[in-house]
Amino acid sequence: MSFLKRMKEKLMGGTKLEQEELLDEVVEEEITDEQHPTEKLVEDTTEDNLTDEELEVEVQQEVVESEKKEKSKRGFSAFSITEKFKSGLTKTRQSFTSKVNDLVARYRHVDEEFFEELEDLLLQADVGIETVMELTDKLRFEVQRKNIKDTAGIQALISEKLVEIYEQGEKDITELNIQEGDLTVILFVGVNGVGKTTTIGKLAHRFKQQGKDVLLAAGDTFRAGAIDQLQVWGDRVGVEVIKQSEGSDPAAVIYDAIRAAKKRKADILICDTAGRLQNKVNLMKELEKIHRVISREIPSAPHEVLLALDATTGQNALQQAQIFKEATNVTGIVLTKLDGTAKGGIVLAIRNKLHIPVKFVGLGEQMDDLQPFDSERYVYGLFADAIDEQLAKTEDE
Amino acid sequence: MAFEGLAERLQGTINKIKGKGKVTEQDVKEMMREVRFALIEADVNLKVVKSFVKKVSERAVGQDVMKSLTPGQQVIKIVKDELTELMGGEQSPIKFATKPPTVIMMVGLQGAGKTTTTGKLANVLRKKYNRKPLLVAADIYRPAAVQQLQTLGKQLSLPVFALGTDISPVEIVRQALEQAKEEHYDVVLIDTAGRLHIDEKLMQELKDIRALKEPDEVFLVVDAMTGQDAVNVAESFDEAVGITGVVLTKLDGDTRGGAALSIRSVTQKPIKFVGMGEKMDALESFHPERMASRILGMGDVMTLIEKAQATVDEEKAKELEEKFKTQTFTLDDFLEQMSQVKKLGPLDEILKMLPGANKIKGLENAKIDDKQIGHIEAIILSMTPAEKTNPEIINASRRKRIAKGSGSSVQEVNRLIKQFEDMKKMMKQMTGMTQKGKKKMKLPGLDSLFK
Repeated sequence: MSFLKRMKEKLMGGTKLEQEELLDEVVEEEITDEQHPTEKLVEDTTEDNLTDEELEVEVQQEVVESEKKEKSKRGFSAFSITEKFKSGLTKTRQSFTSKVNDLVARYRHVDEEFFEELEDLLLQADVGIETVMELTDKLRFEVQRKNIKDTAGIQALISEKLVEIYEQGEKDITELNIQEGDLTVILFVGVNGVGKTTTIGKLAHRFKQQGKDVLLAAGDTFRAGAIDQLQVWGDRVGVEVIKQSEGSDPAAVIYDAIRAAKKRKADILICDTAGRLQNKVNLMKELEKIHRVISREIPSAPHEVLLALDATTGQNALQQAQIFKEATNVTGIVLTKLDGTAKGGIVLAIRNKLHIPVKFVGLGEQMDDLQPFDSERYVYGLFADAIDEQLAKTEDE
Repeated sequence: MAFEGLAERLQGTINKIKGKGKVTEQDVKEMMREVRFALIEADVNLKVVKSFVKKVSERAVGQDVMKSLTPGQQVIKIVKDELTELMGGEQSPIKFATKPPTVIMMVGLQGAGKTTTTGKLANVLRKKYNRKPLLVAADIYRPAAVQQLQTLGKQLSLPVFALGTDISPVEIVRQALEQAKEEHYDVVLIDTAGRLHIDEKLMQELKDIRALKEPDEVFLVVDAMTGQDAVNVAESFDEAVGITGVVLTKLDGDTRGGAALSIRSVTQKPIKFVGMGEKMDALESFHPERMASRILGMGDVMTLIEKAQATVDEEKAKELEEKFKTQTFTLDDFLEQMSQVKKLGPLDEILKMLPGANKIKGLENAKIDDKQIGHIEAIILSMTPAEKTNPEIINASRRKRIAKGSGSSVQEVNRLIKQFEDMKKMMKQMTGMTQKGKKKMKLPGLDSLFK
């Protein structure tokens, strides 16, 4: 159970103060946000209340309150992010986790039939056959080794193995390679309609919040309205957009942008590119050229190449990741549109096969709906109910 | 990383049962497992896969496969037939209103390609159906969506009705419908904002637009790359606004497009168009047969086989085979073989139909020039019958004559003769092999001709 405790601790934030803040945020969210199911939040609140800080709560209330306003503006405490994940993944959770619970309820014993059902569940999350097989093989082994007979302890094991497959022993894989005190160039790539431009807007907002000087390059000179779209985001966030007219050479736009960024001593330059299907050879060549132009100007750049990936995409995402990686040496993935019912399970397969980590997830259409990816939280979002139930049970005992 | 197609997947099982006189139920079961995997990898929804595999295996166990001498082929055939049937049915074109304007609504998730498809569809309506369409920009949420449609309108020189982003989409559509009536437009194409199917507020907006005037068509625009979630999306949109058809976009990518099958079997709504590129004329009608092959990762072999059967004369083929064996293959036969290949159609199109060919990198850029066949033809036809049967006698002066006669250079004649000799040599080796039992025949040396 140590895994669960560790996870819970991490997810719910460490310090007392933070926890208090969470309480307030929970209450706030409950009031303002009636769309999201609040049962879960209530449960969390009560659970936290049960802990021994109840008395301290009142004492610290005032302090917290004064800090709250500031914090809620800029801070992303561990808890609030988890809540974001949870609310973003609510739909995912409801369909997926309730199924896991169904599964556990239906099968008292861990047998072949149970594994088959589990496989089906994961396949429906777009995880893909190979990774699912690998996972269930590991589970089978574990179950045999630990001699697990009934299904009660299995959810924890499932999420543990999922995280294991994802992390592969590496830590801090979501950190962006930011050049402190120097220009950092981030290049966005991806197929059409995955949300590159929107994500760039959100990311620019994020950097801006951190007090960074940000510049955007309108490298999508192909799609109608793409430059305007980025400009709107630039205005919204309050950052400058370097652009040329529609139909101009994207490499030239980005070259200009690098020059401008250097001159202005900007901290971060984010380059948009036109969406392209990975099997269009000439368009991929164009992308290679853009990459080359950036590297020629700044040898260590682009410091990050982020592939935007639609969470609704199925197995083709694997091909996308591979071919974009070949062309531009993709360093990370931004998983967009995770606030729908799609699970984006293919990122597990991508990580497993191509070792590209997910760096951010898009959980909505608001400016701050972009969050760093956390594999434990991701899996937690998928299995939240199940894990909470288990914890409650073990605490009772 | 490219996934194996069904044929490759079945290969293992087929090899195992090859030696057996009879195919057992267990064998069929194993093959069905492969069918299941192939479909899942093609992103067909798991539930759909299950019911489909059940249906197919019933048919397979029933009779067809077990008695067949080529059970693998038989399974593929059954699977493909069933798939085609499932996706096929009535090929209904656009339903037009008896009294114009016809109203067509485009709905879908964000990034599916609604705006682009709206433009393409307007283009089709004007070119193919000779209608006068009015585009309505009702996406007020995404930044610059209105500009995007306006730009497309400009490219196509079609009118776009837009009221900016401060007026509600329902009001925009209401005014657009009025204007369409006044100015006698035939078709009103409404480009709505992309929305999540679980966003109740925005789904209500679609219902409100729908309530203004019953649309004649509501097209759900779906990305062909969509995975398991396609079913949820299609179901929700159908429940909320009642879709009448589906447009599958980005099919020019290399996805298998199993979503097509999922949506079709869940909603029973026909797939009306497929988006095949970023250009404004890249909207095609849907072919169930081709889609079935694609989902199974088979290329369009069936069409190729049909074509080959229709064009290649079996008698002649046998004769040729005999000549291969007896080493009496002449330049005449070479020419004959060439013209048969030529009858199949443009070579690059044939290549496209081959399974796996789309995986070969760079092939899509390799333009095979049909004119080259013409040149070769001219050279051979400039030879005397003696030269054709006995190319050894072609000396320098003959070469000059042939080059002159065919309007080519001596180098080209040399190259052809060299290739023919190479081919003969290869054939000698190959006939040796076929006698040992290997029967892998292809047109020897053909590829080197096109370098």
